[in-house]
Amino acid sequence: MAQVYTSSVIGAPAERVWAAIRDFNGLPDWHPGIVESRIEGGGPADQVGCVRAFRLQDGGVIRERLLALSDYDYSCSYAILESPMGVENYIATLKLTPVTDGARSFAEWSAAFDCAPEREAELVAMIGKDVFQGGFDSLKSRFGS
Amino acid sequence: MVAISRSTIIDAPIAAVWEILRDFNGHDRWHPAVDRSALEEGRKTDQIGSVRNFVLDGGERIRERLLSLSDKDRRLRYAIVESDVPLMNYVAEVALKPVTDGDRTFWSWTSKFETPEGRERELAQLVAEGVYDAGFEAVRARVERHQPALSAPTPSASGAAAIDGMAMVIERHGGPEELHPVAVSAPPPGPGELRLRHTAIGVNFIDIYSRSGAFDLLQPPGAPGMEAAGVVVDVGPGVRHLRPGQRVAYACPPVGAYASVRTMAAALVVALPDSIDDEMAAGGLLKGMSAEFLLHRVREIRKGETVLVYAPAGGVGRLLCQWATHLGATVIGATSSEEKARLARAAGARHVILPGTTSLEEQVRSLTQGRGADVIYDAVGRDSFAHSVAALAPCGHLVSFGQASGPVGSWDIGTLAASSATISRPNFAHYTDTPEKVAAITERLFDAIERRVITVEIGRRYPLSAAAEAHRALESRQTTASTILIPNENEEGIR
Repeated sequence: MAQVYTSSVIGAPAERVWAAIRDFNGLPDWHPGIVESRIEGGGPADQVGCVRAFRLQDGGVIRERLLALSDYDYSCSYAILESPMGVENYIATLKLTPVTDGARSFAEWSAAFDCAPEREAELVAMIGKDVFQGGFDSLKSRFGS
Repeated sequence: MVAISRSTIIDAPIAAVWEILRDFNGHDRWHPAVDRSALEEGRKTDQIGSVRNFVLDGGERIRERLLSLSDKDRRLRYAIVESDVPLMNYVAEVALKPVTDGDRTFWSWTSKFETPEGRERELAQLVAEGVYDAGFEAVRARVERHQPALSAPTPSASGAAAIDGMAMVIERHGGPEELHPVAVSAPPPGPGELRLRHTAIGVNFIDIYSRSGAFDLLQPPGAPGMEAAGVVVDVGPGVRHLRPGQRVAYACPPVGAYASVRTMAAALVVALPDSIDDEMAAGGLLKGMSAEFLLHRVREIRKGETVLVYAPAGGVGRLLCQWATHLGATVIGATSSEEKARLARAAGARHVILPGTTSLEEQVRSLTQGRGADVIYDAVGRDSFAHSVAALAPCGHLVSFGQASGPVGSWDIGTLAASSATISRPNFAHYTDTPEKVAAITERLFDAIERRVITVEIGRRYPLSAAAEAHRALESRQTTASTILIPNENEEGIR
């Protein structure tokens, strides 16, 4: 099983950053790689079990199910149901932790998945850099670093 | 049950931070509150169940047991077994996580414990700030110092390099907790500028007003601070009154003194004579310059006059008492407690009045054969203004130079006719805005200090990184003498 872990520091209190990222249907608002998103069946985006279907800039479509959402832990976990990436059993968690000295947040984004062995290094690099760090860079430019 | 959670980002790889923290018995080498520590029964520092037996700087003994240690998760837990500090059922966790973005370290330090009833707040603050936050800063200073690549100076166009340092800044107006350390870099001085390394920085009440936003002195982000002493690193074109290596000090806007290095206008920076040490200058320049112009320029004090000074045990008040007495005035101090009354008398106040059954003006009149005070120095503001006007002698003068209790508000000047009174509302900036004015004021001030007409007392010294703690102490009125911040060499080069 492949593992990806990316972490960063966002220059705003956790509750402010969380307000931007807790919306499971809100990726296009803050992630540069994602152009549009909808919740299947039109239900609320904070209903655990809901499925978001979003389109990447290159046209690919990904469907993900919300597995866990915690306003208390500033944490969100989800699984990929369908994607063009060639990954299986993909589960990811995005989590914020307040940094008490200074109004900053420690942000972690991690994933575990299965894939073809020859593609593992490429996928780990792509997910860690383009997906996770790309999202963090966008949050840093919005909230400060 | 009290729960504490503190965290920080250390600008060093996680392995370097973990190497320090996993040594359970090594805290006496880095934590400023721990004097000495030893493992009991010859156990190893990374042996689960081992007990560290240590003594704090204040003499308290504490025994703590290592409950778990994981090199995989970079986490350890420990519990207090026995302690002179009343923390019961105390279990704490130290955990590190890598910040992959920048190869830094996230460090969290959490605990839960119980305290004797009524002491929750006090002990929570002790643990959170005295133990955890202080530990963060100590480890930060150790690991960030060991990274020479981080302090590599950036060359500038002129060939001179920027100097890296640290500053305590606020991102927004608010409480002491808004002050936090950031890496700064002092550029080479331009025309009319100089660059200096601070050796001591003064903490004044005006810094609290600029931090909170009560005074419009600091637009965040930025560092507060109005006065400091240091050594000139270099001077820009056109600066002739100072040279590199010279000991200097300043007390003037713009704010920004809470920094280890600074590039600023040279005009208002003065050279220090050998008789004035850096701490004395950093702790006394702003208050001393204030006392100088209040007594000599706003209204010159003459021999035989009666002068009323509010807050005579405070920073400026004590200097006013000493200096006015030396000038031949009879000083009356108005204060709130016997302890402060003693300090006022020690500073030269002939009489001290305390809140009593009769009003301040009646007490002043009974001490002056019904005449009143010729000059009154009042920085209390709202609560004292009416009493001050009523306590003036005929043709007396009220110097309203602060508003510690709130704005004075609007008054009918017709009431001044009762004693033909005059009032001034001096502003430090207008008396110190040219090099000539500053030179004249500091010349007389330094002379007064050298001849011990006035004395500058340094009370508490804090590391620059503990500026928030210094603000808390000042705001809670725990301090009597000047508070100063000392920049730590180790804090330079943080980025």
